[in-house]
Order: sequence, then C-alpha cells, then structure tokens
Amino acid sequence: MKILVCISVVPDTTTHIRFTDKMDALDTSGIQWIINPWDELALTRALEIREQPGSGVTQISVIHVGMKDTEPVIQKTLAVGADSACRINHAPADSLETASQIAEIVRKELFDLVMTGHDSADYNGSAVGEMLAELLGWASFSSISSLSVAGSVITLEREGDIRSETIIAKAPCVVTIQKGIAKDPRIPSLRGIMTARSKPLTVVEPVKCVPLTRFLRFENPAPRSQCRMVDASNVEELVNLLRNEANVL
Amino acid sequence: MSILIYAYQYGEKFPKPVLELASYASALAEQTGGTVTAIVTGNPRESDLEMLGQYGVSKIWVTPEPAGPSFDNRAYAALLASAAEGCGASFVLLADNAISRAVAPRMAVRLKAGYISGVAGLPLHMDPFTVKRSVFTGKASAYAEILTPVKVLILARNTWQTIENPVTCLIEKFTPAVSLPAPDFEVVKVMEQTGTIRLQDAEVVVSGGRGMKSADNWKLLEDLAGALGAALACSRPVTDEGWRPHQEHVGQTGKVIAPNLYIACGISGAIQHIGGISSSRVIIAINKDPEAPIFQFARFGIIGDLFQVLPALTQAVKKLKSE
Ligand SMILES: Cc1cc2nc3c(=O)[nH]c(=O)nc-3n(C[C@H](O)[C@H](O)[C@H](O)COP(=O)(O)OP(=O)(O)OC[C@H]3O[C@@H](n4cnc5c(N)ncnc54)[C@H](O)[C@@H]3O)c2cc1C
Ligand SMILES: Nc1ncnc2c1ncn2[C@@H]1O[C@H](COP(=O)(O)O)[C@@H](O)[C@H]1O
Repeated sequence: MKILVCISVVPDTTTHIRFTDKMDALDTSGIQWIINPWDELALTRALEIREQPGSGVTQISVIHVGMKDTEPVIQKTLAVGADSACRINHAPADSLETASQIAEIVRKELFDLVMTGHDSADYNGSAVGEMLAELLGWASFSSISSLSVAGSVITLEREGDIRSETIIAKAPCVVTIQKGIAKDPRIPSLRGIMTARSKPLTVVEPVKCVPLTRFLRFENPAPRSQCRMVDASNVEELVNLLRNEANVL
Repeated sequence: MSILIYAYQYGEKFPKPVLELASYASALAEQTGGTVTAIVTGNPRESDLEMLGQYGVSKIWVTPEPAGPSFDNRAYAALLASAAEGCGASFVLLADNAISRAVAPRMAVRLKAGYISGVAGLPLHMDPFTVKRSVFTGKASAYAEILTPVKVLILARNTWQTIENPVTCLIEKFTPAVSLPAPDFEVVKVMEQTGTIRLQDAEVVVSGGRGMKSADNWKLLEDLAGALGAALACSRPVTDEGWRPHQEHVGQTGKVIAPNLYIACGISGAIQHIGGISSSRVIIAINKDPEAPIFQFARFGIIGDLFQVLPALTQAVKKLKSE
C-alpha cells in the first residue's frame, strides 16, 4: 500500500497573527513556519503503521502545494521518515485549488490511502480532504481518531457528533484525521536530517484551476475589555454578576 | 432566491444549532427576497417538523437516510447536492458539526459552488457576495468573497440567535434525482455517547488545566458542572497526562468551542488554548497567579487557590439555582 500525507505549512501556533498595512495579506515577517499540527500527527501515524509487521505499507510520500520558501519545512517530513516529497509550485487561493492540484498527482501515482488533517491552522478551510475525495470519486472518512492498516484492510475509528464507530474500509480512500490518531510527533534525528538530503523532493508545476473564493481583507479581533476581578472570598458576587450583568446564568 | 438548509436530528427534536440555522436562513431570505427549504433525513415526527415552520422554513423535504444506518459522506453529499438542484438553491447552509464538515465540501464540488466555513453573520454584500469568517483558529477574521452563483456556507457556532418567525410550512417527500452510491465500507462497532452534555453544543463549559494537579481532583469540576448543567473540557496537557479523555481537549489542536460561559480553572491561557475558546461569550478565569495570561482574555477573574474557590463557587451556584 502507498500512503500519501498532505502537508499544509502554517505559522507556529504561538504566532501573534498580524497583517500587512493594507490588511489584505498575512504579514509573514518573523514567522516561524511549521507543519500543520494535524498533518504532523497524520504523518506520525503513517510511519508507525509502516513499522508494524504485516502492514504491507511500501511507501509513504508527502505532498504540499506551496512556494519554494516552504521547502525547509517539507525537508522535516523527510527527516522524520517520509520516503519522498512532492511540492506543487503554486500558492493556492482556496481549498478547491489545493485539492485539485493534489488530485492530479494522486491520479498519476496511484496512491491507495490519502491522509489529510481535518483543518489547516491558517485559513481553516476544513475542506481539502473531502474535496479531494469527491474529485477522485473515492470514499472518505472524516474525524478519524484511530487508523490501522493490514494489507488492503483499513480499520478506522470515526468520532461523530453523537457516536463513535469502528469502520473497516477498503482502499482507495481519503481519511481526514483529528486528535487521538498519534500521540507525539517525531523529532528528526541527526541521521534522519542527513538522509533526508538524498531523498527525492520533486517540484511539479500546477495544472490550471480557477479558485471559487478569495480573501479580500483581514481583521484582528477587537481588544477585550479589562478583566473584572472578584475577591476569592466573595464568590457570591461572581454568581450575581453572571446572572445580573452578563446574563449567562 | 432559494435557500436550502440541512436540518439534522439526533433522536427526535431538532437541536438548537438547527433552529439558529433556520433563523439565519430566514434573515438571509429576507435580505435576498427568497424562501427557505429544509431537508430532513430519516423518519422525523410531524410535530417536530412543524417546529421548523416557527423559524421561517416554508418547505420541508423529508427523505430516507441515504445510506441506511451507516453515515456515508459520499451518499450524503450526493443527496444534498440533488436537493439543492431540486429547489434551485442559490445557498446551501449547514450548522457547524462533524456531519456538515464531512459533507459540505464534497457537496460544494458536486455543485461547482464556492464553499466557506466559519461564517460569522449575514453577508456584507450580495454582489460580489462577501461574508465575514474566522481564520487562524480564532486569532483573526477575514472578509471572503464567493465567485460562483451557488454558495455553500457553514455557519460558525454562536453567531446567530434563534428568532421566531412563523410561516406556513409545507411538508413533502423528497426523492433524489440521482441514484445514491452504496457505501462500500462496513461499520463493525458503534459506541453511542449518552447521558453527558455534548461539549460542542454546551451553553456552559467548566474546564480544568494542569493546575488541577491530578485526575482525582476532577470531582471538584464535576460538581460545579453538575450545578451549572455544564459540559467538561480541559487543556491539552490534561489529556496528554491521561487525566481526561481526549474528546474534552479544547484549543488549537483540540475542539474549538463557543459556549455562552467558559470557566477556566487552573489554566494559564496559552495562545494555543485561547484559539479554541476565544469565541466564548463570557470567560471566567480562576488562577492563583495574577500574571497568568488567561486574565487578558477573561471578562471576570478570581485570583486564588482553586481548591478553595471551586467548592465555594459550586455552593453559591446551587444556592442561586434553588432560589
Ligand atoms: C503545536 C502545539 C499545539 C498546542 N495545542 C494546544 C491546545 O489545543 N490546547 C491547549 O490547551 N494547549 C495546547 N498546547 C499547549 C499549550 O502551549 C500550553 O502548554 C497548555 O495550554 C498549558 O496548559 P495549562 O494551562 O493547563 O497548564 P499550565 O500552563 O501549566 O498552567 C497551569 C495554571 O494553573 C495555575 N494553578 C496551579 N495551581 C493552582 C491552584 N491551586 N489554584 C489556581 N490555579 C493554579 C497556574 O498558575 C498556571 O497558570 C499546544 C502546544 C503546541 C506546541
Ligand atoms: N497547501 C496545501 N498543500 C497540501 N496539503 C494541504 C494544503 N492545505 C491544506 N492541506 C491539507 O488539507 C488539510 C485541511 O486543510 P484546509 O482544508 O485548508 O483546512 C490539511 O490538514 C492538509 O492535510
């Protein structure tokens, strides 16, 4: 089985988000870029699966749609154990564009299982995985918190709104993963970093695709009003404020 | 302009997010001079369906579950797309939950429609169509444009109130114009969540962090949650330690919630945590460290030892509720 993990590159989770003067784009100065946390967990789980005897996983590749400046982050996926990486040289305007670009590669390279995160921490489209599945005509499973592979049998745990289910699925399919899939992401070893340099990072030019949505401008949240302190020995006052002033009780 | 909403049910009654969605849709209908159709799957009770008419829905389409008992993204997307085409919808609106996030993007591809999730409020303009949505996990907002005639939107939690707007409501059977794909997977085990209040729908959430010190101390939070009718949540280290199940973890890498009231106990307020709760209407922080960043986000704060504050607060809430 060949697994493809889709990687979004996002600002470090501690970043204070700022925009350019015209408020029409992210101010990228000083930003530390990371692998989207969900995607990092997806990759971690893929690597764990391959290490299990009988998984039958023969290849783990990653794919990213983005410009050259993201390559150091993509290198990290190779350093922790992905076999190869593909970067589609394009700054996508919306999730459909990303999904369409990835679909092209999946069709050509015949992956069996595609993993995406359930949400990218930048523009929170929450869409690429499902759009990709529809473009490919594949089955898809979302909110997946556990995944194992044995030969062509894929076992999943899906967490819905009111129930969770264990599902046995067939390849090919797309899974959109969430928390629980893996515990801690892997940290590249020195040896991993060295071998990553000899692994293929292919750059592919994008196919033509028209975005259906676009961002016009951005806004930072209005500053919060000051916190009103209540004395620790006077919780009744807090309860009164909640009922009479904030109207939440 | 025709508007389609997906009205889901867990059990019998329509949950509040569906009524909020219907209210939002009828406000949008007013803005655009259109009508609201709701699609409902399964075997709803007539009296429950009539409820939607109270919130501005003028037509309801009832249709069997598209894939029998198993939930199939592909079949649902095909069904909803067919319903959207059937009523000539310019808008398909969904509430924010796991089903919607699974189905809406697939449906949008089928309809060649632009898709936006996290929508906060009515459109600013109709032409070009512009809405406000949240980005960077609650750290910022954006104005986004949809360039297609059909638009698929997921309404963010807590953006709209339920507003009564009774209209005559026609109930019809709906049969999709396309044959729906049969699921090619097998559900081998189902675990129903019962009893507890669902974190994502909860109006009040009581949340604990590393300051709770151990799993045993959660009794204090359970008591407060019991008194308030609240759901429980926690910070990431708490689930990493195995003190609480990972379903309760909120934040950038956990659930994103927007209750009316969020009570953070022994949580420092790391930016990754705030990302998951910043849309809460009122945040209360209980922390012994006056410098804890959580106080910058809270509307009310108590500086003190949670082991003393929590039991007293639970008592005070019980007293108020019994009055
Ligand atoms: C990529 C990434 C993603 C992350 N995602 C998330 C996420 O989704 N959600 C999340 O929560 N975190 C996330 N984190 C972790 C985050 O950075 C913080 O480490 C975490 O939120 C801290 O949890 P905490 O507030 O419970 O613990 P701490 O930061 O240790 O805070 C404990 C607080 O309890 C207070 N306290 C201690 N004892 C008492 C007492 N007796 N009475 C009152 N107060 C007391 C202390 O003053 C302190 O403020 C993420 C981190 C990374 C790197
Ligand atoms: N530019 C990208 N390149 C590759 N994969 C992406 C990209 N953007 C998003 N994804 C994948 O799609 C998931 C959901 O992203 P989104 O739909 O943008 O919220 C992410 O977790 C990634 O797995």
